This record gives sequence, structure tokens and C-alpha cells, in this order.
Amino acid sequence: MIDIPAYNKKMSILSVQNLRKKYGNSVAVEDISFSVRQGTCYGLLGPNGAGKTTTMEVVEDIIPATSGTILYKGRTRDIRFREEIGIQFQHTSLLNFLSVRETLHCYQKLFKHPEELDRLIARCNLDSILHKRNNQLSGGQQQRLMLALALVNKPELVFLDEPSTGLDPQSRRYLWEIVEDIKGNGKTIVMTTHSMEEAEFLCDTIAIVDQGCIIAEGSPAQLITTYCKTNTITLPLSVIENKLPALDIDFSLHGDSVAVRSRNVEETLRTLMAANIELKEMVVDSPDLEDVFLYLTGRKLRD
Amino acid sequence: MINLMQLQRILAMFNARNKEFFRDRAAFGWNFAFPFLIIVGFGIIFGGETLSTFKVGIFPQNGVSVIFSETTIPQHFKNNSAVSFVAISTLEEGLDKIHYHKIDLLIDGRSSENRYWVNDSSPKSYITEQMYKAALQPDDTVAVDRNIINGEQVRYIDWLFPGIMAMNMMFSALWGVGYVVVRYRKNGALKRLKATPLTAFEYLSAQMISRIFLLMFTFTIVWIGADLIFDLKIQGSMLLFFLTFFLGGLSLCSIGLFLAARGTSEEFTSGALNFISWPMMFLSEVWFSLEGAPVWVQNISWLFPLTHMLKAARKVMNEGAGFTHIQLECGLMILTTIIFLTLAAALFSWNE
Repeated sequence: MIDIPAYNKKMSILSVQNLRKKYGNSVAVEDISFSVRQGTCYGLLGPNGAGKTTTMEVVEDIIPATSGTILYKGRTRDIRFREEIGIQFQHTSLLNFLSVRETLHCYQKLFKHPEELDRLIARCNLDSILHKRNNQLSGGQQQRLMLALALVNKPELVFLDEPSTGLDPQSRRYLWEIVEDIKGNGKTIVMTTHSMEEAEFLCDTIAIVDQGCIIAEGSPAQLITTYCKTNTITLPLSVIENKLPALDIDFSLHGDSVAVRSRNVEETLRTLMAANIELKEMVVDSPDLEDVFLYLTGRKLRD
Repeated sequence: MINLMQLQRILAMFNARNKEFFRDRAAFGWNFAFPFLIIVGFGIIFGGETLSTFKVGIFPQNGVSVIFSETTIPQHFKNNSAVSFVAISTLEEGLDKIHYHKIDLLIDGRSSENRYWVNDSSPKSYITEQMYKAALQPDDTVAVDRNIINGEQVRYIDWLFPGIMAMNMMFSALWGVGYVVVRYRKNGALKRLKATPLTAFEYLSAQMISRIFLLMFTFTIVWIGADLIFDLKIQGSMLLFFLTFFLGGLSLCSIGLFLAARGTSEEFTSGALNFISWPMMFLSEVWFSLEGAPVWVQNISWLFPLTHMLKAARKVMNEGAGFTHIQLECGLMILTTIIFLTLAAALFSWNE
């Protein structure tokens, strides 16, 4: 008999090993392994068709894996898994003729230990739309309701599949606040997103997925320092144009400005100052997650 | 055994589905209007008269169609295009049929005394008798052995009512369950439910209970309405009449759930539902009796739960039958329910 150690909070709440998912001859997920610590937010980033949603749905036990191991709290997923997770799908639908309150009430009854309705309503800001029917909700209102349904059972582990898609900036910021709040309460979040800003803001660890594999993993800062060390100094063309041939710098022209790429900003600035170049209108850009993403997945358009 | 938590989940889904049904005003209204309009329409058009042609039962016959070489039926009568002949195996069966106006005249095919039975409460029986006696001409002195059977005629509306209700129940069960489940699967509503502890068994049970509740609710309202207008005559027990529809509704819902167990295309499901429902409607005696139809048609008819529901319902309503007379039909409907519900649960898929 295999001796499975009792789960403690230092262990990974979720562990995925060599996950593979095929549809006929088409491979959606090639080989994915990752683990998520309790109380953190883990993000899956990747271009369209990279296999993020398929990975999520296999891990959520919505679709079966072709092969691989998925452990929740150190054990294979059982009925307890369903009771303790919350899911916000990318595409889903609700019963049209039910109001928001009735929908929450209905889902509440499906779980053993549901969240108090009033608390859930307040948390997801649903007060003003409680009596609206599901088919009368705006995109943002629907997303808030979907998030409330994902939280209706006070889940230990929350899956969010592109939660802010189609939201206006205000709704997106509000959603982020809720996610931060969930994380603050010691819950774990696994999410997919296309928004680099969102991933950088919410995720403790990010996995960049491409063609069914994780090609890079780490905190946003780690990914940036590992894959994008180059800063960009932008100057007006007029202040540097005459001196460019004499300078030993890596640059490119963009209309009436010049972008100087530098791995050591201090040294480059010294070089520019030594050449008596006016730096008053200089702009220094640090690399961000989008640069990492494009560096790793390429700039070619995906379907 | 079902535990309390399972019951709570079934009840939650049952309530949600019922609310949907009652709030979808167009579908809700149509569920009442459709059977009611058909019953009223046919009631007005046919004014209680029977639609059947002159049917003559000949006994004893072992086959499906009458073998005239074994009978003493006069040639003129055999050739009468207004008359259709029904093979009947025994006298008892024939007496039963003439009593309930399923045939208009019963003739002992082997009798040299031209023995026959008429129903004296039926004008059609009288006309058929006159045609038979005329066919025995030119010899006016031919001896006949005339026997009279009494039996109140079943009005067409009383014969039709169970048919219309059963047909409405069939469409409501197949489409209201099958089509809706496929639509929910396609738009992701089922996937959302899969992300909860709700099991396929609980979900299907809730759908089934909700639909049967709605079917019986609709049935009762239309029944009361039709009774107020046509003074429907239910010869047997009303409870038994209700039971036959309840069991029939269960068996039709289970077929609906089976057809929707895996489908993801509304168009395909629509085709499959039509493929099942239309033959069932025409071959289950909703509109006309299959008395005298080819045996293979009757065999196909026997496969449909609608046939058994209608047979049982008409036996209770038109013939005053008790439970022992409809236990075979009830048993078959229960068996159909068990088979299709088990298959539906085994094949059920939440996702596309």
C-alpha cells in the first residue's frame, strides 16, 4: 500500500504531472507539469490555442485527461474536490428565466457548506441586480455573477478562465480587487489570462504556455530578469542624428525618434552624456511581461 | 439510498426548471393552448360522430385478414366497397368490439343460419345490418339469426380526448426534456452544473420529476377545461386514468432523456425527435383505430409506449376497465421507463 502523507499547507494544494490531452489525432496539451502553493495565484499565459483552457478544464475535472497525474491536497481528486473548488468558465450559460438571487440560491443548494448569500452579494457587488433575470445582465454584471457562483461554496481553490475578458477598465479593476481579497483570505487561485497587466498585478507565479507545453515559469519579476534584460532609451532624432555614426550603441530609428537598446542603462547614459547629447526629453522604458511573452512566443499572428 | 444532500440538489434543480417553464410565457401558453385547440376544433367539426367506415367483424378467423373461402358471407356483401372486414378470432372478442362500437356488425362466418350481432344503440350498426340483409337477396326468405347487443356508443370526442392528451404529452416530454437538455449542453449551462457536486443521476431525476409534474399539471387543467365544454365520459376510475398518463409521461420523458444523453446539435436532435414522434403519433391510434391494419403496422405500433398509454387510457375511459385489464400496458410503460432512464444515465455527458 502506498503511504500518502497527510496534506499540510506547506505542500502544494494542486500538483499536475505530465498532463497530456488529445482529441483524436490532434494534441491540445502535449506535456504540462506544474504545482501551486496554497494561498497563491498561479497564472497560465499563452497565445490563442496554446492549450490553456484545455489544461484548466482537465485539471478542473470537466474533461478527462489522456494521461498524466493530478493531485489535489496530495490525493487524487474525489467528491471532496467538487465541494472545495470554484470555477469561473470562459464560456458558459445560466438558466435564462431565473433572477440573479434565484440563481445564487439554486447553486448554494448544490453544496454542503455554502457561503452566506448576503455576504456573497456584497462581495461581488450584486445588490443592484438581484432581481434582474440572467438574460438581462450586461457583460460586466454577468462576469460578477459568474464569479459569485465560483465563490458560492467558499472554495479552497478557485479557477478563473480569462475572468476579465470583455470588461471595461472599472469592472476589471473591481474584479482584481475581489481576486486580491480571495487571495488575502488564504485561498488559492489558478487563472488564465491574455492580459499581461492582469497577470503582473495578480499572479505570484506565471507559466507561459505554448503549443501544449510550459515554456517558462516564474514570478513576473523573475521572468522579466531572465528573458528580457534590455531597457530602451528613447530620444528625439534631432538631438542625436548628427552624432549617431560615431556612437557605439545598438539603436533603431522610429520616425522622429531613436530607440537605444541597453543592457546597462547607467553605462549607456554615460556614453550619451560624453557625446554631449541633450537628455532632457529622454524616456527610459523597462521591459515588462509583454516583452517576455513576445520574446518567448514570437510576434507571428496566431489563430 | 438517496441521502438528504442528494434530495436537496434534486429539489434545487426541480425548482429551477419549473420556474423556467412557468416564466417562459410563450411556451407555457402553447402547452395549454395546443391540446385545447385541437380538442375543441375536432369536437366542433365532428360533433360527437364517429369517423370510422362500416366495419364488419368476421369470426372465427386465425389470420390477420379475413379468409372468405372459409365463410358463408354472401358475394355482394364481400364486394361492398363501403364495408371493411376485420378478422376476429373468437366470439368473445367480437362481442367486446361490437359492444364498444369498434365494429358495426359481427358475423359468424361459418354459420349456415347467417348468425350475426348488431348493436341496437348504433345507427351505423343498423345501416350495416341492412346492407348485409340486402346482400342476402334475392331470396327474401333466407333465414337469419339476429342477435342484439347493447352498448352505449363511444363519442368520437371521448375516443379522441386520450389521444390528443397523449400526443401533447409525447411532444412536451420529448421536446421539453430532450431538446432542452441538448440546448443546455450546447450553451454551456450543463458544464456550469458539472462544476458542482451535482451528479448525472440527480440532474436527470430532477429533469424527469419536473417534466412529469408539469405534464400532469397541464393534463389536469386541459382535462378540466375539456370536461366543462364536452362533458367527457370516463367510464372507469379517474385515478386509474390519471395513472395511465402518469406512467406514459414517465416512459416518454425517459425516451427524451435518452435521445438527449449525448447530443450537441440542436438540428440533429430535432431530426431524431421528429423521427421518433411522427411515426408514434400516426401508429399509436391517436387519430384513428388500427383495427384491420396490416399486422406489421400493428407490430410496429406495439413497440411505442404511446400505444400502451393510449390503449390503457381508452380502456379505462371508454370501456370502464379496472387495473387488472391494463396491468400489461402499465408494466410495459414502467419497463420502458427503466430501460431508457438507465441508458440515459449511463450515456449522459455534461459537455460538448
